[in-house]
Amino acid sequence: MASEILVEVKDLNFSYGERPLLRGINMTMHRGKVIAIMGGSGSGKTTLLRLIGGAIVPTSGHVKVAGKIVHKLKRDELFQLRRKMSMLFQFGALFTDLSVFDNVAFQIREHTDLPESMIRDLVLMKLQAVGLRGAHDLMPAQLSGGMARRVALARSIALDPLLIMYDEPFTGLDPISLTVIGNLIRRLTDALGMTSIVVTHDVQESLKIVDYVYFISDGVIAAHGTPDEVRESVAPFVHQFVHGEEDGPVTFHYPAKAYASDLKLETGLA
Amino acid sequence: MPRRIAIGIRGIGHRVIDSTWRLGYASRFFLLILLKSGTSLRRFGLVIRELYFTGVLSLIIIIVSGLFVGMVLGLQGYETLQRFGAESAVGTMVALSLVRELGPVVAALLFASRAGSAITAEIGLMKATEQLAAMEMMAVDPIARVVAPRFWAGVISMPFLAAMFSVVGVFGGYLVAVVLIGVDDGSFWSQMQNAVDFRYDIVNGIIKTCVFGVAVTAVAVFEGYDASPTAEGVSGATTRTVVTSSLVILGLDFVLTSFMFRGMS
Repeated sequence: MASEILVEVKDLNFSYGERPLLRGINMTMHRGKVIAIMGGSGSGKTTLLRLIGGAIVPTSGHVKVAGKIVHKLKRDELFQLRRKMSMLFQFGALFTDLSVFDNVAFQIREHTDLPESMIRDLVLMKLQAVGLRGAHDLMPAQLSGGMARRVALARSIALDPLLIMYDEPFTGLDPISLTVIGNLIRRLTDALGMTSIVVTHDVQESLKIVDYVYFISDGVIAAHGTPDEVRESVAPFVHQFVHGEEDGPVTFHYPAKAYASDLKLETGLA
Repeated sequence: MPRRIAIGIRGIGHRVIDSTWRLGYASRFFLLILLKSGTSLRRFGLVIRELYFTGVLSLIIIIVSGLFVGMVLGLQGYETLQRFGAESAVGTMVALSLVRELGPVVAALLFASRAGSAITAEIGLMKATEQLAAMEMMAVDPIARVVAPRFWAGVISMPFLAAMFSVVGVFGGYLVAVVLIGVDDGSFWSQMQNAVDFRYDIVNGIIKTCVFGVAVTAVAVFEGYDASPTAEGVSGATTRTVVTSSLVILGLDFVLTSFMFRGMS
């Protein structure tokens, strides 16, 4: 039985001024799945996340989350919807003036009237899920990059969201932290029955944990498929990206006039 | 040549439009702070926490500066007044200078450089490290949760800091004039008591500090919120806070003084 569709992106276009950044994007994301969006730097991946989160408005087309068109919601309605979604920022974006405990408790305190004893239990449960219950009284400055990312993950699941978006969750992590974060994303998605959208360019780590992959190149979806389909793909862009080849559809050289003419060789003057 | 003139005129036009746009943006931001102050009033603990950072931690610089300014006023006042045999009026001079002008203005300038710059840097860095964006994504409005409590804490603490500055300054004047130089104790205080009018001098001074408090804190939170999310952006915003708010304080002081004190007594 097909699971419920949580996020639907339909004919989405987005431009910064005159410059088109995303063109004709279509995506369908089901509940309980981990979906990766991959592409080179500046390909529009993070912009796509911001469109899904309602931080920016598309030029045309729409994003539907839980049946609601995000950019048509009023601010109050958008904030209601955002209580069901979460975002893990690239470097965690923990509140530096709050302890680990208060960071995880932040959203619970802001949006509920639960007694402090219950908040304590909930926070410790969330921290236990990411293996950092013992670090609850540390300040963010005392955490390593991997630990900060895990605390941010605990904070993002504080209100049991339907959807979590991860913006480059693997950047700058050592191999152990990388595996830990990857496995946590998979385990938490399965345990909480939510949907995870992982924006990344870490191919090997993400192919281990995701259910479906979209490749974005030059603002369009260049390819999509399951991890197995992606590994075996002969599409030039996917092949170059997955195997990290230096040259291919994404060229090594920035466009320039002919080398010989730049060095003034063909005129015989040099 | 006409082309150069055209470019020059266009440049001026751009600057005027940019400045007007920024002024409008800042005014709109200020209105938003006022509209979204409900959270700060309902959860006053948020404001109290900021009062500690902006008010209590500024106390030391205010007290030390107030003491020295008062002591200098005592010395200079005595030096001038004794030429006319009016050295017993040194208390009046110290007190009036402090409550009318130096208390509000110098305390506000110190507040802008100590607390204003800290507010800008903190909000700017929160923006640069995506903390404000994270808050937005958690359905928590950063203007209500981060900006408004800092704004109100600044507005509340400014009059108290200026009052503290004046009180310590008067004490500094007393130390120099009475204890050090030997001006008569009784005439120092009684002349001060006679000359300083509560409504005319002290209330006007308090009004000034309130206006400066709003101006400095509004500039500080706006510059922080509007800062480019980079190291240069935050450092530039911090500098702008100190420069802009200092100029605003001095400009507003002239305007307020010209309305409040017009040679009447």
